[in-house]
Amino acid sequence: MKPFTYEKASSPAQAATAVARERGAKFIAGGTNLLDLMKIEVEAPPHLVDINGLGLDAIAPTDEGGLRVGALVRNTDLAADARIRRDYGLLTRALVAGASGQLRNKATTAGNLLQRTRCPYFYDTHQACNKRLPGSGCAALGGFSRSHAIVGVSNACIAVHPSDMAVAMRALDAAVETVKPDGTTRRIPIADFYKLPGSTPHVENVLAAAELITAVTLPKPVGGTHVYHKVRDRASYAFALVSVAAVLQPDGSGRVALGGVAPMPWRVEAAEANLPKGAKAVTSSLLAGARTTPQNAMKVALVERTLGAVIADAGA
Amino acid sequence: MKFDTPATTNPIDRLKVIGQPHDRIDGPLKTTGTAHYAYERHDAVPNHVYGYIVPATIAKGRVVNIDTATARRAPGVLAIVTAKEAGPLTKGQYNTAKLLGGPEVQHYHQALAVVVAETFEEARAAAGLVRVDYARSPGAFDLAAAKGRAVKPEDGQPDTAVGDFAGAFASAPVTLDAMYTTPDQSHAMMEPHATIAAWEGDKLTLWTANQMIHWGKGDVAKTLGLPPDNVRLVSPYIGGGFGGKLFVRADAILAALGAKAAGRPVAVALPRPVMFNNTTHRPATIQRIRIGATPDGKITAIGHESWSGDLPGGGPETAVQQTRLLYAGANRMTATRLATLDLPEGNAMRAPGEASGLMALEIAMDEMAEKLKLDPVDFRVRNDTQEDPEKPGRRFSQRNFVQCMRKGAEQFGWSKRSATPGKMRDGAWLVGMGVASAFRNNLVMKSGARVRLGTDGRATVETDMTDIGTGSYTIIAQTAAEMLGLPLSQVSVVLGDSSFPVSSGSGGQWGGNSSTAGVYAACVKLREAIAGALGMDAASAVFDDGKVSAGGRSVPIAEAAKSGEIVAEDSMEYGDLEKTFQQSTFGAHFVEVAVHAATGEIRVRRMLAVCAAGRILNPKSARSQVIGAMTMGVGAALMEDLYVDKRLGFFVNHDLAGYEVPVHADIPHQEVIFLDEADPVSSPMKAKGVGELGLCGVAAAIANAVYNATGVRVRDYPVTLDKLLDRLPTV
Repeated sequence: MKPFTYEKASSPAQAATAVARERGAKFIAGGTNLLDLMKIEVEAPPHLVDINGLGLDAIAPTDEGGLRVGALVRNTDLAADARIRRDYGLLTRALVAGASGQLRNKATTAGNLLQRTRCPYFYDTHQACNKRLPGSGCAALGGFSRSHAIVGVSNACIAVHPSDMAVAMRALDAAVETVKPDGTTRRIPIADFYKLPGSTPHVENVLAAAELITAVTLPKPVGGTHVYHKVRDRASYAFALVSVAAVLQPDGSGRVALGGVAPMPWRVEAAEANLPKGAKAVTSSLLAGARTTPQNAMKVALVERTLGAVIADAGA
Repeated sequence: MKFDTPATTNPIDRLKVIGQPHDRIDGPLKTTGTAHYAYERHDAVPNHVYGYIVPATIAKGRVVNIDTATARRAPGVLAIVTAKEAGPLTKGQYNTAKLLGGPEVQHYHQALAVVVAETFEEARAAAGLVRVDYARSPGAFDLAAAKGRAVKPEDGQPDTAVGDFAGAFASAPVTLDAMYTTPDQSHAMMEPHATIAAWEGDKLTLWTANQMIHWGKGDVAKTLGLPPDNVRLVSPYIGGGFGGKLFVRADAILAALGAKAAGRPVAVALPRPVMFNNTTHRPATIQRIRIGATPDGKITAIGHESWSGDLPGGGPETAVQQTRLLYAGANRMTATRLATLDLPEGNAMRAPGEASGLMALEIAMDEMAEKLKLDPVDFRVRNDTQEDPEKPGRRFSQRNFVQCMRKGAEQFGWSKRSATPGKMRDGAWLVGMGVASAFRNNLVMKSGARVRLGTDGRATVETDMTDIGTGSYTIIAQTAAEMLGLPLSQVSVVLGDSSFPVSSGSGGQWGGNSSTAGVYAACVKLREAIAGALGMDAASAVFDDGKVSAGGRSVPIAEAAKSGEIVAEDSMEYGDLEKTFQQSTFGAHFVEVAVHAATGEIRVRRMLAVCAAGRILNPKSARSQVIGAMTMGVGAALMEDLYVDKRLGFFVNHDLAGYEVPVHADIPHQEVIFLDEADPVSSPMKAKGVGELGLCGVAAAIANAVYNATGVRVRDYPVTLDKLLDRLPTV
């Protein structure tokens, strides 16, 4: 870990200003991912701006009939909120499928969206990784890739986005609210929030430098049956091999988003029209153009089979 | 004391304290955080500083240059030691690769330097500033590719043969010939390797985490060129070892070198992401098993071959061991071959040999039973043997293997298993049951102890025996209490200090029986001294209820020490009973699994182990050993796999997020049954090891249950869903 300086922010805009002031500075909230990465020098921010004192921890109704979830609402509190459990069960299910109780107590809503990949070559600072060190190459291509992405990948990176919560947020059409150092705010639909790696895998989302997430909004409830099926080798405390988030309506329509298969929560709205035709049809459009390795090629069949189980569960 | 004839009745047989399910006496210390592990010995060494290791980041080659200039100028830095500063070091007897590398690099994350600074954070930050330039050499990292170049290892018995295996196999009416693989595995114990080192002149003390104090003392002395008497190891509490702490590792040597250079005591712990490649691991194996049998299920030919790899000078995984002894059969062969690999050093991990070997053999037995249309329990029972199949006439000291199988089958409800795979269903889940034999030899090791009777009538046991979480403190206290007729609360136990008598140490499941036998020997001597002090005949004196009685007199034991403490020291040594008797431990593992019919997710639902392992010294701590081992077996079956990057030559998933071991949610109800045994051939304790037996066979029982659930036979561990997916029922 490299030495760093630290300050507590007094307001969201001040926090953004403080991060903008020093190149490489970062916000810290729960720190469940950032601190680990700092210890092994994958991240080496010279300055940390602590936003834990900013409030931003309420879950409040919006004028549109949805909910605004403060950036600092802890994963545990979000999962347990009665309104979330009632109207956005998918989100609760995804949250409790992730991490451990202790981590969820600490991890925040905004921080969860910004988790870095768990690719082991990203974590080993002595290995080539374009995400960690642009231009150094990708050791995962041709190396260990069983857990890696099969869609949205590039020759520069096949890392997968590790979040469960973000997959549910994507299926629920959440939006990210931010503030910039100059005090301007904007609202980014989650569909537009993440960026595919292309030739710049170190750029993972559309946030500008020092732009701070203040909240995540959920549109008004869509009803339906909410299923989150996370498939992994270990029963708990492991990242998804694949996960399927689905909201299925009695008329056979619905929404599907995938985790564990792409550098971002993966949803192809057009594929959802195939839901009445079954898992195979949906999967073939969802995973069209998949680029697999011998180790992760099984994810294609696994998505189809898991989605089939999810549809069956929802109908049961 | 020498043990060379089977034990007769002795004070242990009273079973007033021994054999009782006493809570672990170190339990309250551990649950309240007051058992101080090596890295937290601030009480012993108040002013220590910190060392942080710099690991090699290539698998094989040479260090061209180490630039430590920037690191030396970093805040708080006191010293940096590389191979150059350290000067010549001798490799320890029990190490294969050097613990401080350079200029030659032998494996990924081999330590190349230690940076010593005032604080941990300063040492870690400065270690990140050391720049190393390398010249890489090509290496061999792929066992399958190196298999053809494997050779007979120099030590042990690489080849065994009885009868005419080839002929018998060729003519057997029913045969199996199959290949199996097991992956590299890591001990992944909770406590990382850690040491605090302090010099006083040329005398070195290491507060460390080490299973084998005497081996460790010798190898620290050898490595650093010190007389052994100048080295003291202190290791009273160890947060798990599983074989990973049998040997001196880089933390100890680098702490010693760092302390010398800095002129201050130094603490070094291996960071978790460095442990997987820096330390030892259980080597991967490729195994071929051939079994031939008559139509009624009598094995006529059994052959087991195993290939594994290690660094030059290393040894093989002896995966064929159990096949020499477990089943009957007139014609037999085993072969062990060793390939040179430039991966980190392979070495012992819990039940070395048998754990890997039974993973293969016990799937093969399941496959063979199916070919024979026999129940897998019945097939195993039919091939029981009461004598060493290689040496007819040499009997097992005790072998209640069949009883384990029968008892387990009854207890588990084995009769409800469908002989045809894929027939049991519970909603979306396919359900199956599996069985495997458990087998592990019982090793005995010379072990010593010193026992003091204080003027207050309390007894104190001192031995360099270790407690790696197994319950050594408790069974040693129980032994002394039984021998001296004292309540457990009147006995203190001090362990893990090389200034105490040399014990068996903890390894190979020999520690429980061997170390308590050493305490028994010392207690026999102490009883003689006590009787003498009381003017009683030692042979007829009865030690019970805090009193010594003989010849119509009965006096409190404290009387004997009223004019000063009485001290006795002895060790138990073993004769050649193994010539007449084969000593082994036996068991049966039963498992029920569920496999999701769509996704192939595998979850263990029930587990039962039945163990025949001699006298159980403490049923509570023994049960804990076995359920811990069963948990490790779930890991071996379903998830543990050090993934080798065959281009770069290292284990890629080198942290606890990437190297998965079971979590609570993976572990179902576990039941353990110990058969009521006492084996007079093992020692006066009549006990045997059990800590490794509990692991042996578990993974195969799970793999067999997965087959029974799905009809998919997986012969390559771990059994993960991707190996099932294309053969599961269509959704």
